[in-house]
Parts: sequence; C-alpha cells; structure tokens
Amino acid sequence: MSAFDNVSAARSADRLTASDYIKSLFDNSFMELHGDRRFADDKAVVGGIAMLDNMPVTVIGLDKGKDTKERVERNFGSAHPEGYRKALRLMKQAEKFHRPVLCFVDTSGAFCGIGAEERGQGQAIAENLMEMMTLKTPILSILIGEGGSGGALALAVANEVWMLENAVYSVISPEGCASILWKDSSKTAQAAQCLRLTSKDLFTMNVIERVIREPKSVDSKMFDSFKELLFRTFEKYSQMSIAELLDSRYNRYRKFGRTPEAFTFEDEEDDIDQI
Amino acid sequence: MFNSDFLTFLKPKNELESVPVENESESNQPFVPDAMWVKCPKCRHLILASDMEENMKVCPKCNHNFRLNARERIAYTVDADSFQEMDAELVSKNIIGFPDYTRKLAAAKNKSGENESVITGTAKIGGADVVICVMDPTFMMGSMGTVTGEKITRAFEYATHNDLPVICFTLSGGARMQEGILSLMQMAKTSGAVKRHSDKGLLYITVLTDPTTGGVTASFAMEGDIILSEPNALVAFAGPRVIEQTIRQKLPKDFQTAEFLLEKGFIDAVVPRTEMRSTLIKLLSIHNYTKTVTEEEQA
Repeated sequence: MSAFDNVSAARSADRLTASDYIKSLFDNSFMELHGDRRFADDKAVVGGIAMLDNMPVTVIGLDKGKDTKERVERNFGSAHPEGYRKALRLMKQAEKFHRPVLCFVDTSGAFCGIGAEERGQGQAIAENLMEMMTLKTPILSILIGEGGSGGALALAVANEVWMLENAVYSVISPEGCASILWKDSSKTAQAAQCLRLTSKDLFTMNVIERVIREPKSVDSKMFDSFKELLFRTFEKYSQMSIAELLDSRYNRYRKFGRTPEAFTFEDEEDDIDQI
Repeated sequence: MFNSDFLTFLKPKNELESVPVENESESNQPFVPDAMWVKCPKCRHLILASDMEENMKVCPKCNHNFRLNARERIAYTVDADSFQEMDAELVSKNIIGFPDYTRKLAAAKNKSGENESVITGTAKIGGADVVICVMDPTFMMGSMGTVTGEKITRAFEYATHNDLPVICFTLSGGARMQEGILSLMQMAKTSGAVKRHSDKGLLYITVLTDPTTGGVTASFAMEGDIILSEPNALVAFAGPRVIEQTIRQKLPKDFQTAEFLLEKGFIDAVVPRTEMRSTLIKLLSIHNYTKTVTEEEQA
C-alpha cells in the first residue's frame, strides 16, 4: 500500500468512528457529558465517562460522524475551540476523580473559520498541550483514522500514543503540503510519501508506542483483547507515582529532536502487534 | 524667485517613488531605492535611512512596523552588550529525507546568516536577568523545526533551573513541514517546558510580532502569563488565505490583527515598538525581577 493509499484508507467513510469504538469497548456503561461550560457543546468532540471492566475511565473522541446528517452535525470531526475546551474540562474532571483518560483521534484538523479564529483556536489548542502535559492521571491516545496536525495533537499529549494500522498522523495534509511547497496539487501522492505519515514510519520515529491491527467491524472479537490491553496499560501507569507519571509523559515528548539525527526507514511490514 | 516648493513641483514627478516594489511577497521588507532612502510599502513614504534606524524601523508617517531580524530585535530590547547566546551551534538536519530540504536549509543559513529560525540566550533588561528567545523572519520565515523547538525548550529549562523570567518574541509561518511529524511534536515539547517553568512560579512574557501563525500560535505564543503584541501584527492559527479557501467567504476587515485579538480578549496589550523595552522593564519590575546588585556595588 502506498502512503497515499494509506491516507485514503484513513479517510474512508467505512472506517469505525470514535463513537463506534466507544460503543464496542464500553457498551451501555458510557454516559456522554456535554459542553465546555463557556460557549457551547461542540459535537465534533464526543466525551463522557465509562467503565472499563471495573475501572472508571474518562473517554474523549474526535468524531467525524457516520451518515451525511451526522457528519454535518459533527462538522466532519473538525473541532472549534469549544470542542478542545470541552475535552480539557472532562480531563480536569478525570484528574479530580483519579480516572485515567482515553482519547480517540480522528480529524482532518482543527476547523479553519471565522468563528474558530475569533474564539481562539490557537489558544485553545495551546492550553490543552500545556495542561495535558501535567494532568495528574494516566492519558492514552489512540489515532483511529486521520491525525491532522495541531487539531489532533490537542488530544494526543499522552503517556502513550497508539495507532491503528491504516491511520495516518501528519503535520500537514498531503494536499496542503503539495500546494504550499510545490504549488502543484498533482503531487499529493508524492507529498504523502515524503511526509512519513504512516503508522509504520511513525513507529520507526518513536512517535507511537504501538500499532494495532484494524478491526473489521464493531462486533469484532478483537475488542475483547483490546479491552484487556487498555486495562493492563492503565494499570501499569496507575501504579506509578504522580512524579514518575508526569516525568514519563514529559520525556516522551522531550526526546523528539534532542539530537537531530536522520532516520532510516525500512520497507518491512512486521512491526505490527497482533492483538 | 522660485521657492523650494516650486522647485519640487518642477522635478519630474516623483522619480524616486516611481521605483516599483520588486516582489510582492517581499513587500514587507524595507525596499531601498538607494542606500540613503527606504520606502514604506504601506504608505509609500520615503524615509531617510538614518531616521529609519532612529525610529526602530517604524515608518514615521503611518507607523508601519518593518520586520526586524532577530539580532536587530535583541539590540532594541536588551541592555547594551548583555546578550549571551545559547545553543548557537545547533543546526537542523534533513531528518526524514525530505526532497530539497537540505538545499533549502543551506539557502536559509546563507540568507539569514543564522543557524536556525530562533536565537536564544540570556540578557539583562533594565538590569534584570532574563532568558530571551527571538524568532527570525529571514530564516524560513521563522518556521518551527526540531532544532527551533529544541532551542526554545532548552531556554525554558535553563530559565526554570535558574529561576529566570522568559521573554519570547514570536514570529512564524508555522510548523516546518519538511520535518514531518517531528516538527508537530515540538508544539507539545515546548508547551511542556513552558508549563514546568510556569509551575515554578516564574514569569513568561510573549511578544507577538508579524506574522505569528500555525503551530507557534497553537503552542508557546499563546502560553505567556502576559501576552503583548506589536501593532497590526498578523496573529492567527490558520492563515487568512487558508480560511478564505475553506469557507469561500471574504474575511472581515482587520481580521486576525493584533488589535482584533485584543478586542476578542486573547492578548493583554498592543505595545508600540518604541515603547516595548520600557514596557518589559515595567512588567519585570512589578514581578520583582530587578537589577541584580553585585557584591562590589553593595560595598
């Protein structure tokens, strides 16, 4: 699969959304909580509380929606500042009640528009990055589809970041890269390759801890082992002292670019965890 | 007798002013018809080069702020001879093998005379010790690569360790796409360093300068305890062209200027360039960062 095929797969309308993952993992235990308490309830972000076996967790996802109506309602998964502020409110709540935080990321990017700028899109993302870095509870983020730049990172400052096999994560869309850098939209596929945005390449660069095989459907057997893996991971981080937990998160990001050494990318298919 | 006004009238109509601005994308750069004169790209006023220096590169007629490179900014801001650069030797590499990036880096170095898009170091401002980070428009328009993020992070870590305030002049076209996801990671890395500095009760002042956009806006530019801006600076997450293309609508006048952000509640004050240093001294002193008295002076 070429990098651009991978981008298309990550954007496919058939992919499971954040709400699908929430339903498959938590079923009826999930209760959605709405609103940022400041401006509005941004439906591009779905969030709430749920039980992971006997462990209460806070779950937050960027959700593109399923059918046309839902997609429009959810603004195709592109959040406004109030969406990021809702996410932060729920994370602070999780911190208060010592619940781990699980984030699902699927967005082409934070929304670009007049209202988004007026209400401080940059400020909202910046605040999430800063606050998530010292949130005193374990955070795990999973990229399930598209990871579009700052709008994705605003839910992905975590102790570990995982990625679905066909998900992508990039500083800019391949289209944006081709048009800005080469003023040529026909070079989109080439841009996708150059940006190193596939799960395999990101694993090579240590940007993610784990690659997860694609579940075929919402009732896939995979979800049982997925639940178990989430539980084990949160347990591991819950046993750390707060200082250890925050140091591990800080150092996770501190390492990027500490020594600017070039990466070599291999074309092998086998660093994918079987779960 | 002809008076001098009449003489001016007789001259061929403004031969100096008729010199076209070379390149539109460079229109914010001081355009110099000859060594003596600089033309303001905004009001087309001709400014004597020496007046321009005296006025900190602000047009005396329309107050247009010319872009400053990092060294000029440092000279206008800190006490004379007090700046000591940190991590000057750090240079970017083509870490993900992006086409043409190696050549672009070399060209940027050559054009700017700098190793990266940010200059960091320690200095004194009104006698108070500070850490200062200044981004440079001549190096890939201040784009944030891994070394940019590394230098800013180290500056904050140094300030945290030594209980110093940080002053950061931001200017950036955004994250540097030629370094892929690793440039995006710098947003989280720098934000972490800012947070640790903040949690120690130390002061961080950001000064937004034209243009501050993208990943820099969505990280350390918006994380200051006090956020100042130069007049009329473009400050945005998504740039105006991207927004126009996305929503296919004309943008309101003055959208995304410093004054617009002030009105919307996202910055503390718009400060003219000529008053920036005195404003910083005032803010530092209110936060109890003042002249360090040496033992010699005490005696």
